[in-house]
Amino acid sequence: MDVIPRWADVILIPLFSLVLAALLSAGVILAIGEDPVAAVKMMVNGALGSTYGWGYTLYYATNFVFTGLAVAVAFHARLFNIGGEGQATLGGLGVALVCLDLPWPHWILALPAAMAAAGLFGAVWAAIPAWLQARRGSHIVITTIMFNFIGAALLNYLLVNVMRPDGAMDPATRKFPPGTHLPTLHDILGLVGVPFSKAAPANISFLIALGACVLVWALIWRTRLGFQIRALGHSEPAAVYAGIRPVRIVMLTMLISGALAGCMAINNVMGEAERLVLNSVEGAGFIGIAVALMGRNHPFGVLLAAILFGFLYQGGAELALWTNIPRELIVVIQALVILFTGALDNMVRIPLERIFLTLRKRGA
Amino acid sequence: MDFVSLIAVLDSTIRLATPLLLACLAGLFSERAGIFDIGLEGKMLSAAFFSAATATITGSVGLGLLAGVAASMGLAGLHGLASITFRGNQLISGVAINFLAAGLTVVIAQDWFQQGGRTPSLLGAARFGPLTLPFAQTLRDVPVLGPVYHDLISGHTVLVYVAFAMVPLTWWVLFRTRFGLRLRAVGEAPEAVDTAGVSVTGTRYAAVAICGLLCGIAGAYLATALQAGFVKDMTAGRGYIALAALIFAKWRPWYALWATLLFGLLQAVALRYQSIDLGGVTVPVQLMDALPYILTVVILAGFVGRAVPPRAGGTPYVKEK
Repeated sequence: MDVIPRWADVILIPLFSLVLAALLSAGVILAIGEDPVAAVKMMVNGALGSTYGWGYTLYYATNFVFTGLAVAVAFHARLFNIGGEGQATLGGLGVALVCLDLPWPHWILALPAAMAAAGLFGAVWAAIPAWLQARRGSHIVITTIMFNFIGAALLNYLLVNVMRPDGAMDPATRKFPPGTHLPTLHDILGLVGVPFSKAAPANISFLIALGACVLVWALIWRTRLGFQIRALGHSEPAAVYAGIRPVRIVMLTMLISGALAGCMAINNVMGEAERLVLNSVEGAGFIGIAVALMGRNHPFGVLLAAILFGFLYQGGAELALWTNIPRELIVVIQALVILFTGALDNMVRIPLERIFLTLRKRGA
Repeated sequence: MDFVSLIAVLDSTIRLATPLLLACLAGLFSERAGIFDIGLEGKMLSAAFFSAATATITGSVGLGLLAGVAASMGLAGLHGLASITFRGNQLISGVAINFLAAGLTVVIAQDWFQQGGRTPSLLGAARFGPLTLPFAQTLRDVPVLGPVYHDLISGHTVLVYVAFAMVPLTWWVLFRTRFGLRLRAVGEAPEAVDTAGVSVTGTRYAAVAICGLLCGIAGAYLATALQAGFVKDMTAGRGYIALAALIFAKWRPWYALWATLLFGLLQAVALRYQSIDLGGVTVPVQLMDALPYILTVVILAGFVGRAVPPRAGGTPYVKEK
């Protein structure tokens, strides 16, 4: 019998971890001589106080939904895919190739093609570490870290030496043609008469991210493959005994995970920058880890955590603009969330278990 | 390539291999004891900042080194708390530590120095100066041997010699002392060590502390010897290269020396030449940057010898009741 009821495991523990992370972050803000309450007010105002703020918050959240789902799917098979950064980088390459090399008449045609390319490139970048893990037993954490660096070097080479337009100094591709321009939330909400900021980068990818959440939920809890993934994650010997082939499941899980991370590129590369630049992922691959941990690997949790981090990102940018608090404060918060929800989970869990045990004894 | 530029490249190899070597040996202690550590990068970064900051404020590089080591050991303690005491996921703890260091160093640097997340440039006694070994000046004009001794072996900072001395010392501690035997044993079969009446927790904490110490020296070297001050993200992936070198070296001290020298050479060549012409084929600098990682993946794939990590690595030890 579990000591902690499920609702406490799903809600209370992440909440406690979040409160701890928030308190420590407030401590950091105090220590550098700023006012935490004013900082929170400014963040809420900047990120949620206008449709412009919401547009950025949702734009960031879209990135984090994709990378968070990527980490979560792999976690279900007890694989730690830390390579979302590299997979999303390669996904960007796929998007750029599709958008630049084919004459697209309309985004409705370009988007599925770009998504397919992004997913394919991301999956390929996850395939080699997956194969090494499945066949050779090389630790997937190490290989995916290595592939992040290899991917960054590859993209650096391609942008500097191959894809850069003649005469341009900037290591970036040329701008994508107008036929690949994705509708923004301003355009979409405008159809139903809701006013939304024109300058914010949130676009139709957000809706696709929501769809991805539903699909991942269905995959994990409503399909045979999802069952096999979870079975493998719970116990490999039991899964093997049940006739599940670990090599196949590890490969499939990582391909799906890599494809999800790669699909982030439709948001940041196709939807926002509309060209491929160096370091286009900007750490979103790593934030996926925090998002998956906080969201307890459930797509709905991932969505909530992604919006929270989107809020932190946009709010943090506002703070950096108006106060002496640098943007890197968000990295600290991100680190604390990963620390408390991932590594120090037992520190929160054990006292909570004690409380529930005493409550139960009293009740009995 | 002529003799002078060869010496220059090798000299720069030694400088660039030093932080890799220290971090690699740090990881070796930790992972041999069964604690995976992908937080080498973060520990080095925090040490780099606190050593540079302390050296700036006090003007003493010695105090800077101490502060750097203390910061790194603090993070090592956090890693120990998460992965030994609370039996958490060691990999996730390492990731968290890397981000914690990346964020905190810039936030604090901005608060203390207001220079966009860097420390002021270190001058004079706030920085490690080069040591001239005995007879370096007199032997200077001897052909071949003179330049090798004067330009390559002599003239580094004290931390370089410390790093190289750490290789035999690490070998001796791990393979010739009782502590080393126990340390390796808790990485392979902690239950056996526990049965023998030795504290698994204590031994693992000791290993993690040594890891923090060595990462601290590595970070201090970066900010106060290799460069003159801290800049944002100045470790630039060196912690991960050290991790790659550790696998490349199959968790052995002498191999660690060769692996880090090889990766240091790659960095030195990439730094000096933007692209290399090998008989008509141009090797882009990006390939040189990626080569340590590619080589490590090849090693991990088991095509060239097999790298087997310590058996109990990554798993927390739960004492039998």
